[in-house]
Amino acid sequence: MTANGTEAETEQTIVVLVENKAGLLARVADLFARRGYNIVSLAVAPTHDPAFSRITIVVDVESAPLEQIVKQLFKLIHVVEIAVLESGYAVERELLLATVEAPTATRGQIVELVDIFEGKILAVSSGRLTVSLDGRPDKLDDFEALLHDYDIVELQRSGRIALPKIGRQVPRLRAVG
Amino acid sequence: MSLEGTELNGGQALIKSLEMEGVEVIFGYPGGAILPVYDPIIDSKIRHVLVRHEQGAGHMAEGYAHATGRPGVCMVTSGPAATNVVTPLADAHLDSVPMVCITGQVAMPAIGTDAFQECDTTGITRSVTKHNMLVTAAADIPDAIAEAFHIATTGRPGPVLVDIPKNIVDANNPDAYFTYHHPRSVDLPGYKPDQTPPAESIEAAVDLLLTAKRPVLYVGGGVLKARGAEALLQLAEVGNLPVVTTLMARGAFPDSHELCLGMPGMHGNYAAVTAMQRSDLLLAMGSRFDDRVTGKVGAFAPDAKVIHVDIDPAEHGKVRIPDVSVVGDCRIAMELMNTEIDQRGGARAFADHTPWRQQLSGWQEKYPLTYEQSGPGDYLKPQYVIERLRDGCPDDTIVASGVGQHQMWASQYWNFNYPYTWINSGGLGTMGFSIPAAIGAKVGMPDRLVWAVDGDGCFQMTAQELVTASVERIPIKVALINNAYLGMVRQWQELFYEERYSEVHLTHDMPDYVKWAEAMGCVAFRVEDPDEVELTIAKANQINDQPVVVEFRCISSEKVYPMVPAGGSNDEILVDPSQRTEGEQS
Repeated sequence: MTANGTEAETEQTIVVLVENKAGLLARVADLFARRGYNIVSLAVAPTHDPAFSRITIVVDVESAPLEQIVKQLFKLIHVVEIAVLESGYAVERELLLATVEAPTATRGQIVELVDIFEGKILAVSSGRLTVSLDGRPDKLDDFEALLHDYDIVELQRSGRIALPKIGRQVPRLRAVG
Repeated sequence: MSLEGTELNGGQALIKSLEMEGVEVIFGYPGGAILPVYDPIIDSKIRHVLVRHEQGAGHMAEGYAHATGRPGVCMVTSGPAATNVVTPLADAHLDSVPMVCITGQVAMPAIGTDAFQECDTTGITRSVTKHNMLVTAAADIPDAIAEAFHIATTGRPGPVLVDIPKNIVDANNPDAYFTYHHPRSVDLPGYKPDQTPPAESIEAAVDLLLTAKRPVLYVGGGVLKARGAEALLQLAEVGNLPVVTTLMARGAFPDSHELCLGMPGMHGNYAAVTAMQRSDLLLAMGSRFDDRVTGKVGAFAPDAKVIHVDIDPAEHGKVRIPDVSVVGDCRIAMELMNTEIDQRGGARAFADHTPWRQQLSGWQEKYPLTYEQSGPGDYLKPQYVIERLRDGCPDDTIVASGVGQHQMWASQYWNFNYPYTWINSGGLGTMGFSIPAAIGAKVGMPDRLVWAVDGDGCFQMTAQELVTASVERIPIKVALINNAYLGMVRQWQELFYEERYSEVHLTHDMPDYVKWAEAMGCVAFRVEDPDEVELTIAKANQINDQPVVVEFRCISSEKVYPMVPAGGSNDEILVDPSQRTEGEQS
């Protein structure tokens, strides 16, 4: 599932800094599954310090109160810090890859669409195009919606990653005594 | 002899680490993958209690922890042994019992190959432990054990599992040797539990407390975990605050105290349940608004403001949004509140609770716990047995119960006047808990009288641990409330399934409990006549060198009252039939 629709009301991005330990991702996923919380998207990779990873989770806050999700996540021993990113307080990016049927009749339109969104053509064959677009998730939503006018063979989004905006106060919870 | 700085193999290091943590007893069962760790046990001062089933090891560790406050330790091998401790781990997790469980694992090169007795122990136990870990190098063992004990015993306590692959403890593996150092401290950047609550929250709590007209102190197991009974007594007395103690908190406040209303919840006293319903302030102290206490949440204590004191931030607002949230250790929180109250004038600063106390006394007088004595020729009334047992034992006797009707009667009819005298499975409701838990408690508190109050269903789940008790000379006593049925299930079928009894009849005489107990090395009695109850209890209490089982043949149809039907409002509490007024249905 992609992050479509009325995001402000139903979804929330949280950024979880974790110790880079074996099975950590399974612990997080287990917690969500066991308590009935829904994950909309999830991206995980090491930070600049390889001892830590950052997990960006878009959570469905209709499935459970955000406060409970954050508090339960915090009980995981290897979770070091959780930042709740209010929209407008975060820099969010996502990557989209799509392979589209592109017969001669519509190829020009698809190329134009990719151009308008400042995306890239990554691969071309006689009947198909593979395109990419990176940017804010809502921009990707718009692009994806328009792409649906054509015959999509495969489409994959990366799930969003996010950092707090520089100089803005973010509700940030830290495991300090 | 200090082995600090000497060359040890992983198995020796594991046992050395347990010694350094002050462990005096391990409840365990050996097997293939954990074999290398069992060899150095021979040379260790740590006592090992050889159980008869791994589940027993886990519950013994729990019973030990409940009774002593120190973390219980169990050790078992891989695969089926690890899956057999899942139940006690889940039990300890729900009841916040500090426990460290060591499991063997197949050698690292075999992990993931579906090797003999391999299972994904850390995966299986992830959701039933506070934390777990797979250790991958011998040199990591001292840190792993130190972390396990730190996590198990601090913050909200709980079970921690340490999975140990065979090769890293193997004396024949040159890579399993390293220079042992015990870690001086534990460094967990993501784990810093809050102990001391913020001063503002204490002040806000006292503000509310002083103005309340109908307060109730709703005490949960967190008070016992925090060793907070003394601070609680002071707080209740200075504020003239009525106290209810949940199933996990029985004994945290003396039942004999005039402020004590007893147990709330599904089978709580009428006065305790109704006091919460009518209160204008609930001071929830280490309690978690469990569904067995609240009944229908929307109808629970509708007029009450809530102060919630708990060390686990996630409990705040999980079920009921508190008006004042105090995150921290219950004992510290109550001590700070006591100081704050003192500074504001002490007892004089509180509102007048006289009308409230009078109302509560009225309910206590009108609806005390009650039951009818058995008729001539009938089997025993279970409540009568519990009362005679209570009166025939010293006040500091430790009582461990199983799960079901006998558990409720024990909690209702015993007078708990000291903390850590009541051990039971509250959250998970694990049948078969009592015998192994009683054994663990007796190992930790050898000078105390320890009775397991058990049901016939429960007894048949873990009775084999009486062999452990006999062989290891752990003289516990078992009061077996034999009513021939899975009594609580029978009660629900009678009340809510039109008396259609489905698969609940166990029979009074199959098995022959006396013969079975004797075969396991116990002294055994069977009591059918009310006149013999006291005498037999006195006889049992005189036996100190063997476990004792007393089978009390009880009436099958007896039900636990009061009762709030599951999912119902606490206002719909059913009292004993003899207390019902005209028109009330059963």
